[in-house]
Amino acid sequence: MTDLNTLEADVLAQVAAASDLQALDAVRVAAVGKTGSISGLLKTLGAMSPEERKTQGAAINALRDKVQDAITQKKAALEAAELDARLASETLDLSLPAPYRRKGSVHPTMQTMDEVVAIFAEMGFAVAEGPDIEDDFHNFTALNFPEKHPAREMHDTFFFNPKEDGERMLLRTHTSPVQVRTMVSQKPPIRIIAPGRTYRCDNDATHTPVFHQVEGLVIDKGIHMGHLKWTLETFLARFFETDAVTTQFRPHHFPFTEPSAEMDVQCDRSGGEIKIGQGTSWLEILGCGMVHPNVLRACGIDPDEYQGFAFGMGVDRLGMLKYGMPDLRDMWSSDVRWLSHYGFSAFAAPNPASGLS
Amino acid sequence: MKFTLSWLKDHLETTATVPEIVAAMTMAGLEVEHVIDPATKLAPFTVCKIVEAARHPNADRLQVCQVDTVDGRKEIVCGAPNARPGLTTIYAPIGAYVPGLDVTLVEKPVRGVVSNGMLCSAAELEYASESDGIMELEGSLAVGTPAVDALGLEAVIDFEVTPNRPDWLGVAGIARDLAAAGVGTLKDLSIAPIAGTYPSPISVTVDGEACPAFAGRYIRGVKNGPSPKWLQDRLTAIGLRPINALVDVTNLISYDRARPLHVYDAHKLSGTQISTRLGRHGEHGDEHLIALDGKTYELTPEMCVIADANGERPIGLGGVMGGESTGCSEDTVDVFVESAWFEPIRIAQTGRTTGIASDAQYRFARTVDTGSLVPGIELATKLILELCGGEPSEVVYVGEVPAAPKGFAFDPDYVGQLSGLAVTPEKTHQILAALGFDVVLGSPWTVTPPTFRRDVEGKADLVEEVARIAGYGALPSTPLPEVPRAVGGILTAKQARARAARRALAAAGYAEAVTFSFTNRKTASLFGGGQDVLVLANPIASELDCMRPSLLPNLIEAAGRNARQGFADAALFEIGPTFHGDKPADQRTVVSAILAPKAPRGWDKAAQGDVFTVKADLLALLEELGAPVASLQTAQGSASSWWHPGRSARLQLGPKAVMAEFGEIHPAVLKALDVAGPVFGFEITLEAIPEPKKKSIKTKPAFSPSALMPLTRDFAFLVEKAKAAGDLVKAAAGADKALITAARVFDVYEGPGVPDGFKSVAIEVVVQPREATLTDAEIEALSAKVVAAAEKAGGKLRS
Repeated sequence: MTDLNTLEADVLAQVAAASDLQALDAVRVAAVGKTGSISGLLKTLGAMSPEERKTQGAAINALRDKVQDAITQKKAALEAAELDARLASETLDLSLPAPYRRKGSVHPTMQTMDEVVAIFAEMGFAVAEGPDIEDDFHNFTALNFPEKHPAREMHDTFFFNPKEDGERMLLRTHTSPVQVRTMVSQKPPIRIIAPGRTYRCDNDATHTPVFHQVEGLVIDKGIHMGHLKWTLETFLARFFETDAVTTQFRPHHFPFTEPSAEMDVQCDRSGGEIKIGQGTSWLEILGCGMVHPNVLRACGIDPDEYQGFAFGMGVDRLGMLKYGMPDLRDMWSSDVRWLSHYGFSAFAAPNPASGLS
Repeated sequence: MKFTLSWLKDHLETTATVPEIVAAMTMAGLEVEHVIDPATKLAPFTVCKIVEAARHPNADRLQVCQVDTVDGRKEIVCGAPNARPGLTTIYAPIGAYVPGLDVTLVEKPVRGVVSNGMLCSAAELEYASESDGIMELEGSLAVGTPAVDALGLEAVIDFEVTPNRPDWLGVAGIARDLAAAGVGTLKDLSIAPIAGTYPSPISVTVDGEACPAFAGRYIRGVKNGPSPKWLQDRLTAIGLRPINALVDVTNLISYDRARPLHVYDAHKLSGTQISTRLGRHGEHGDEHLIALDGKTYELTPEMCVIADANGERPIGLGGVMGGESTGCSEDTVDVFVESAWFEPIRIAQTGRTTGIASDAQYRFARTVDTGSLVPGIELATKLILELCGGEPSEVVYVGEVPAAPKGFAFDPDYVGQLSGLAVTPEKTHQILAALGFDVVLGSPWTVTPPTFRRDVEGKADLVEEVARIAGYGALPSTPLPEVPRAVGGILTAKQARARAARRALAAAGYAEAVTFSFTNRKTASLFGGGQDVLVLANPIASELDCMRPSLLPNLIEAAGRNARQGFADAALFEIGPTFHGDKPADQRTVVSAILAPKAPRGWDKAAQGDVFTVKADLLALLEELGAPVASLQTAQGSASSWWHPGRSARLQLGPKAVMAEFGEIHPAVLKALDVAGPVFGFEITLEAIPEPKKKSIKTKPAFSPSALMPLTRDFAFLVEKAKAAGDLVKAAAGADKALITAARVFDVYEGPGVPDGFKSVAIEVVVQPREATLTDAEIEALSAKVVAAAEKAGGKLRS
């Protein structure tokens, strides 16, 4: 028994003294390996009497289990220490910057365009398109501009050089030609908006030679100016994200609508910025009216059966009013600082669930 | 168009103030641009009287005046020779802003004598353009009377006349609309005829093409001279310069009744006949006329010429401007007054050709009332007789004006049907009558527009008349009828793709730009454009004279501009039109992006981005847009000329179905655009992406993952350097379509161990067993297939 006690104390001391996993394994092999000291004792059991074997066997097995436990515990401790040491050596300075990633953005005019489309989509409007390079018929004649009438000159039209047959193509001065193309190609009821680029030979602080418009057209039976007013008021309240807007219709003249109006929206200019939906000032925002019978006729629609309204507004300007860009020309400058300052997140796509902006 | 309240009150009985008039005009469709109120400008100026005037002790030309002013007796230094005791004039106190001098008065000595204010001339008050000395006013004016009252100045209303309403170019027309809108009562506008006492010694002939109708009258024995103060004041108030009584009368009627007139000095006429005809091409070019503005104009066969001397001598450009040779002067004794009618289109064109924008031209170009020829003559006669005396002849009237507008049927209920306004038939009748329309009640009504309202052609026009006078303020707000919403959204596939591309590229780190649709022709030709049909006839600037064939030049130039401002790193995109001809189908919607990688240096030495960055972004975008990415060929070396020939490719379904191009921009192109490289980019034509198949059922195919582990095998092939690795990969992947799910390049090597002119391409092939684990023999067989396929593609297994 004394031998076993001595052996136990000896082996456990060696386990405790093992400084690394390798040393511990050497201790394990020397004690409980095939030729280890404790394994050797177990081999002596065969030569013992049954009585002796009973007592000695239990004692030796107990010793072996105890040593095994000690080794397992020590091993876990050593492994933990080793991991700690490794992790300590792997420390990174996480104050260093992550790899450079460019931040993209959506242009505010296009964001505005998406908002306009989203609002009118909810009201059942489809999106129609037409070419930027137009002919005289679609841009003027079909829209009831008399030949050589002063109203044509007021449009500051960009022209291309005349062809051999005298025809002169032009850049559309408004999105209204899309009305004509739509009415010629589809039957009422019609409910569309037509966003796009428009062109006027004009370049100053408040005009760029290229700008964006969105046209609206509703043709059906029994559509009157009250529907026009509701549509525009509903649109403006949604667009400017206010409960209600107050609008004012002023009579105006456009060759392609009769009656025609310009619409002002009530706003507050007192703080240097324009707030829609409050205040006592008026801001001219768009032109509109009931589609002229001559336009309906030119597009093959019987004005005694169908009537409807049209409106057109400047998208760049709507965006400026809503988001406070001070200068129209900056919107076309592609200055990366401006784009980053006024641009929108890729994930800010306007929709009825999460809102417009 | 400008007018004053007092002028308006000649025709309108009203107590309305200027702001009330302005509000009523706005709501009736007369858009007021601004109101110029001299009371504001001249507020500090008042009437004063000079009590004493003594010579300045230190200056011969100056006087030191003692002046009774609103502020008491003041000592004022004055340089005007007409400053004298007893003179009533205008006083400006210290601190007043003198508009004609653009100075604010400060108290300072003038040659040693302090001047406590200033005595003003008409020019200093901007009452006249030039003046000689200080103002000389009626002695009866009390000291302290405001200058505006002393001078009879009043507010001037300036408004925009839309082209459909030429009748608003006369104050009487404005009064008519305002009376209809309830601002006051219209006075009687009728003009009593004055009987002529002898036949006109001048006869008139018209050539209907040049001048459809002409009314004239001879008035003999007039005494011309400056017109009276009331007439001069009326004209100066709206910015016109008084000339002499005869001319001032015609200007007055032009602005009062929108009726231009002309007065010839009858003694300067050659012969006894005035004729109207088109301009003539003479043997030595076109005829000429020295007009009243002193300039010489060529008279083309498109213009209407007024001539005397049997039609030989041009004496006027009909409807535009009279000639210098027959103009009236202070000595004129006998006159011939013209009240004609000219074709608006001819007059508009003559105005454009000659550059003359006279009051007459402006009115005739917008259509003058065809009923105003004789009334115009009669009104002119009345005023000339009043101001200059004389004896009128009978009126000469030749030619024919266009027929008066015809009546048409009108159902008063249509007002409500089109406008949504509730207006009673009685009110509708009242409004139309007040605007000068003839209404015959019945079922339906018959409404005839007056001759000055040729813009009204049909029932919708009448609704506008009634609605604007009844007031748009009462328009109801009526919800649109509900319509069934389009299943699957309202956007077309192309519109939806443009929208998705915008969001995807912004998420990938590109900033969206919006640039003009123009470029200059030279740049356009660098990018495959610049065709004649796409060059503008009237560009806004020479560098914007051509429609863009690509979005790339504008984006590249934007990157250059940003770099010059110190922001060289640019990742930009634009989605917009490009132009390849002048037909609608020649316009395409293009998605373009550029990358000018100049990111700030990083500690991690991460790559800046290169042509493979844009390739990755392009492919990810195409996938997002639903393009058949797996079927796309990368056709290297066939991309357009503005790309680096060795670093660009087309992505196509076939040579005629090119979806996109990408690569590095050609250094020569960058040089031409003055932009430092490298710049990488891509351009997708949205129209080239096939429309997605419309599926009625949205369920996706069942998910059936294999239960067996995929395994990979690596191969290295030697291929000629110029061969595309992509072809080798495609061959390997296609060696067994059932088992091979992917083939990827994991190394490309040139150098020792690889023969000159060759490269080693290492490919990892992913094999997905389908029914059972593959045996070694099966794997061997598959490997052999891969090697054989690669060999066909020019690759030799590296041993």
